[in-house]
Amino acid sequence: MKPALVEGGAGERPRWRGLPGGRRLVIGMPYLWLLLFFLLPFLIVLRISFAEMDGATISNLVSFADQDLVFRLKLGNYATIFQDDIYWSAYGRSLMYAGVTTVFCLLIGYPFAYFMARASAAVQPLLLMAVMLPFWTSFLLRVYAWKGLLDAQTGWVGRLLIHLHADHLLLALGLIPSAGEFMYSPFSLVLGMVYTYLPFMLLPLYATLAKLDLNLLEAAQDLGATPWQAFWRVTVPISRSGIIAGSMLVFIPCVGEYVIPELLGGPETLMIGRVLWDEFFSNNDWPLASGVAVIMVLLIIVPLAIFNNSQAKVARA
Amino acid sequence: MIVTPAGRWTSRIWLALGLVFLYLPIVALVVFSFTDSPVPNVWAGFSLRWYAKLAGDDEIRAGLFLSLKIAAATASAAVVLGTLAAFSLERFGRFRGRALFSGMASAPLVMPEVIVGLSLLLMLVSFQRMFGFPERGMATIWLGHLLVGLAYATVVVSARLRDLNPQFEEAAQDLGARPTQVFLLVTLPMIGQSLAAAWLLTFTLSLDDVVMSAFLSGPGSTTLPLVIFSRARLGLDPTVNALATVVVAVVAVFVIGSSYLIAVRERRRQRQQQAALKGGG
Repeated sequence: MKPALVEGGAGERPRWRGLPGGRRLVIGMPYLWLLLFFLLPFLIVLRISFAEMDGATISNLVSFADQDLVFRLKLGNYATIFQDDIYWSAYGRSLMYAGVTTVFCLLIGYPFAYFMARASAAVQPLLLMAVMLPFWTSFLLRVYAWKGLLDAQTGWVGRLLIHLHADHLLLALGLIPSAGEFMYSPFSLVLGMVYTYLPFMLLPLYATLAKLDLNLLEAAQDLGATPWQAFWRVTVPISRSGIIAGSMLVFIPCVGEYVIPELLGGPETLMIGRVLWDEFFSNNDWPLASGVAVIMVLLIIVPLAIFNNSQAKVARA
Repeated sequence: MIVTPAGRWTSRIWLALGLVFLYLPIVALVVFSFTDSPVPNVWAGFSLRWYAKLAGDDEIRAGLFLSLKIAAATASAAVVLGTLAAFSLERFGRFRGRALFSGMASAPLVMPEVIVGLSLLLMLVSFQRMFGFPERGMATIWLGHLLVGLAYATVVVSARLRDLNPQFEEAAQDLGARPTQVFLLVTLPMIGQSLAAAWLLTFTLSLDDVVMSAFLSGPGSTTLPLVIFSRARLGLDPTVNALATVVVAVVAVFVIGSSYLIAVRERRRQRQQQAALKGGG
């Protein structure tokens, strides 16, 4: 039994081993490239984050005891980040907005993907195409378009919201600065992020929902489940890998998003991507920017691991 | 499955509203590119004045040419490296360091660009201090875009390789083809469509990128998105709308045209495959 299993299971794989040197070359080229341009830069950032920008700070610390000096010198950037409220509130806000965006993408995207997967076979490719097409047109231009759409006097969406008196609701929730003013607020920021990242949620959800065997739902209903029960206990668990992959595809990039908050956000929506940007470009403080980046990586490392895992799972399915 | 009329209507309305949400900004961009109003976002009759202004805009033209060059170079390199990476992951079974490899190949898909851009730049700067090169400019932007493009190309090509029936490759090997021949004569023609899709996807991503370009560009290498971004920050500019309309038109023609061609070729290929299988059986 065992030898047969090994032969059958790995039967197709070793065929490509006919050219051992070639195999190594095929793997080696992208591998080396990634090590050199993806992993090595991280290690350099990690190293720079433990450095000081110039000599001035070193001389300030000379008066301290030897042990203490080494310690302070190395963790100076992290001490700054930990002590200053700006950084913590920016990290917190980034995580919160990324989380809120993910929830809204899921709330809008799950029914959308579900209905898409249930649409007739002739319509499905068209719907898929319709979801993909905006991908091909500049995301920057589409985000820019919301600036016009949300204008309270002239924008289509802005006027519609005022007509529906939705601005009072948003104001009561504290999402816009004043009635009839939608731009540069938490509302416009989250709207822009949900808009941009919705397709990233839709595609993995659709991929898992389209594979769902309808017989399973029928079986559940035959066994006495209500459609609602069947949905929660059959459909949702089956689409779990899609939910996880989609949520991570939205959440992780949103944490470090720079362009959307810059175009649609306001002074009260300062996110960590902007903080990093300013430390680097305006203050020219590379070590501090590196420290900000390292902590950001630490914050998203668990979601990243979940994402990689879900990618592997989707691949196996 | 029992589908109630109410359920069917919920489904239709939800899908329609979702598509309106996705397409509304594009429609607005196109509509207001034709306005005759000096103030953007207000309709004041039809005019092509913003297109005339766009045609005479040297900054945009220079940015566009630079971006197109970078995007073409990025897409071509990304497809080559991405195919190698996808092939390694899908066809070679286990090898040492595979987990790290697949992690590194997919992480740039989600990794915030500020982090990737910053770290790549800091490495290039330390290279420059040690060896005197590279200067920041087109080549460094290309490197950054390639990193993200490689991840997308790997996902697209991997998905295709996974769906591919390995029997065709096995048959060729049994008939005595060497691995290189198998790849060039059997695998490559069958994944050609996904290579084209990966090329187009990485091309558009590169053409659209702000953050990486901002970190990696040098003096005189201002890409089109950097120009658009700096203008969009200042406020609304109908010239940008005109540019967007041109982009939408080009993309629409290109995507619809190429997907038609792909569909035609795919159908022909399937017919040939079926004929071959029938002949063999």
